[in-house]
Amino acid sequence: MKMTVKSTVAACALIASAGAAWADCGIESGSVRILSNDFAALHAVADGAATCASDTVEVTANATEEHKSIQVPALTTSPATYTVAVIASNSIVPLLNDDLIRPLDEYVAKWGGQLQENQLIRINGKIMAVAFMANAQHMFYRKDILAENGIEVPKTYAEMMAAAQKLRDAGVMETPLASSYMPGWNLAAEFVNSYLSTGNEFFVPGTAELAIDNVDGIAVLETLKGMTEYMYADWATYDANSQKPVWEANEIAIAINWGSRAGAFIGDDAADPAIAEQTAFAAAPAMYDDGIPSAALWWDGFTIAKNISDEDAEASFRAMMAGVSPEMMAENADLAVWLIDGYEPTAAAVGVIGNVQGGARPYPMEPYMGLLHTALGDNIVEYLQGKESAEQALADIAAAYNAAATEAGYLN
Amino acid sequence: MPHKTFLAFIWPSLLAMILFIAVPILSVAYQSLFIEHEQILVTSENCGPFGCKPQVSVDVDAMRQLREEQPMGRFNGLNTYTNSSHLAFNDINEIFRSSENFNEIRNKIMNLPFYKALIFTVSYTFIVTPLVIILGFIVAVVVNSLPNLFKGPVIFFSLLPMIVTPLVGSLVLYWMIDSRGIIGAGLQSLFGDPNLSLKASPVLTWVTLFVYGVWHSSPFAFVVFYAGLQTVPSDTMESAMVDGANRWERIRFVTMPYLLPLATFIALMQLMDNFRIFEPIIGFSAAASATSLSFLIYNDLRASESPLFGSAAATSMLTIVGVIILLLPVLRRNWREFNRKS
Repeated sequence: MKMTVKSTVAACALIASAGAAWADCGIESGSVRILSNDFAALHAVADGAATCASDTVEVTANATEEHKSIQVPALTTSPATYTVAVIASNSIVPLLNDDLIRPLDEYVAKWGGQLQENQLIRINGKIMAVAFMANAQHMFYRKDILAENGIEVPKTYAEMMAAAQKLRDAGVMETPLASSYMPGWNLAAEFVNSYLSTGNEFFVPGTAELAIDNVDGIAVLETLKGMTEYMYADWATYDANSQKPVWEANEIAIAINWGSRAGAFIGDDAADPAIAEQTAFAAAPAMYDDGIPSAALWWDGFTIAKNISDEDAEASFRAMMAGVSPEMMAENADLAVWLIDGYEPTAAAVGVIGNVQGGARPYPMEPYMGLLHTALGDNIVEYLQGKESAEQALADIAAAYNAAATEAGYLN
Repeated sequence: MPHKTFLAFIWPSLLAMILFIAVPILSVAYQSLFIEHEQILVTSENCGPFGCKPQVSVDVDAMRQLREEQPMGRFNGLNTYTNSSHLAFNDINEIFRSSENFNEIRNKIMNLPFYKALIFTVSYTFIVTPLVIILGFIVAVVVNSLPNLFKGPVIFFSLLPMIVTPLVGSLVLYWMIDSRGIIGAGLQSLFGDPNLSLKASPVLTWVTLFVYGVWHSSPFAFVVFYAGLQTVPSDTMESAMVDGANRWERIRFVTMPYLLPLATFIALMQLMDNFRIFEPIIGFSAAASATSLSFLIYNDLRASESPLFGSAAATSMLTIVGVIILLLPVLRRNWREFNRKS
């Protein structure tokens, strides 16, 4: 009797421990501390990584919109506060500039069998990040309103504004357009999107000298101003978040917004299912006829910090492999345009895929692009409000950028 | 009081002030004299999800060596103060040289980022401060004459605007003045203009910010004046009543002169506080129409790819200089009184 009980207990313990070992990712020990931005797709990745937690492996995640501000100080300490920094095309630049992340070549060779070639971000020959999703701004439109008024899906800004004029003349909507024109990061992103569509460069190649004072720069500014004519008077206070309630209140027919938010517009918990059903997506409009979409292509990926132990680095990489696994993607297919093996585009991904197929250009990753982004964000709105000329706006942008780049050491 | 006794009493606060106020200010002033090292750039092949292309990046090994040798960066002297993001001496010379009339000069100077922020900051300070004093005084006099039953609740509601966190208060007001909000829609029907939007016009945004400033700060003036009103000498008040002064004359000739020192105190505090205005600009998303000196500092430090520490430090020092200039009359008066007494 005693023997039977003992062996039963022993057998149960054996089975239980085997089960526990199967539940984690087989990582022996380590600490995985993730810092990321705060939206649904990144929550899914962090949750996927958290499946590797066990008695010897701790996995914590901090998802905050302030990640860009805290990542440099947090990764500079030794040991770094976070082992994994989830970044995008622009937020990897300060980590590279300050030498805060480690090359991933050996980890990819050992544990990265599931990764596709286009997920590997190589800088100067070394793999510095693993990308797992693509994002871009694109066009959102109401199928029913365009169909009822005989309007085709616009392919250029000129067509978009003509469509808005038609809707205004027909008395359907007075201000049918919306975009994120809040001064600061958002307005600058709109300028960057449109300028990329012109095919021109921002800087003299190989240097930090600004090169937007040309015909294309003026054309982009004039297009942005033309768009405001068809936007509600408060356009200077709209960012991507503010657009959604207005869209759901049936007050906009065509908008420019982020692909990562498209899912929420047509999801099951959208505020108005009737409007959600009529919401469709397309590639961003082009600046010129037969041009490429006015969209910067962004990628989101993860990096591993330098100032941590090798054990933590390897554990973090393996946990993130679970975080970006095809299994994770299968459960969260419509949260993002995944770059993961086996991804099938969903209805929410149409806009971003359209941008990629249309030949949209990636967001520039020069180390001084951030300074230009800030200078743009601060100096365009006065032109849009009609207080100065386009040439003066470009001059102000140049003055602000040159002062900042001189101070940051990129210009003399 | 002999100096030794005075020192014995004050040395703890003196130590704290030196450690937590003076040393940081000196450190910021020192940092404003430096800029980053010249960045050593290399061109290499970058590959990502969207293809490979030659990309400029920073040579981190060379930079690390530079930083180890000279951790503070390159010495720039006062050039950060005179560059076009701050006092812009070169740009102003250019403007004076090439402009035709005074209007053009004024518009061009107001277009420079530092002066644009300075104009708004100074306007805010000099419009909100007197209004706060006046409104606080009126509310204090009214509350003082209420029957005791109502005093408590009215005082509580009068203090609420100050208790609410500035950012939360401005966000609440921001949504109320939205065209679909209660104040916005009310104004639209009042003026019969369906397109009236307080957020659209820079002038109206400035007015909104001033109104918010007065609303938020007048409880402070109210509290100080209300406390002062409790100590107005009753014999002077009674003799005024006996002399036949009506209510308004009593307030004007007895209460106001008695409360004048308190008004000076409130003016001092408000000048210092309003010069540093920042939260309402964020809460009202008003950066399109109004920037302030503190907002410039915030912008410089938030450039996450390369925070501009030197530029933010220079703007901070200029803000301190601005506050000192504002307080100069009061400081001079106090200094003269101190000299007279000793």
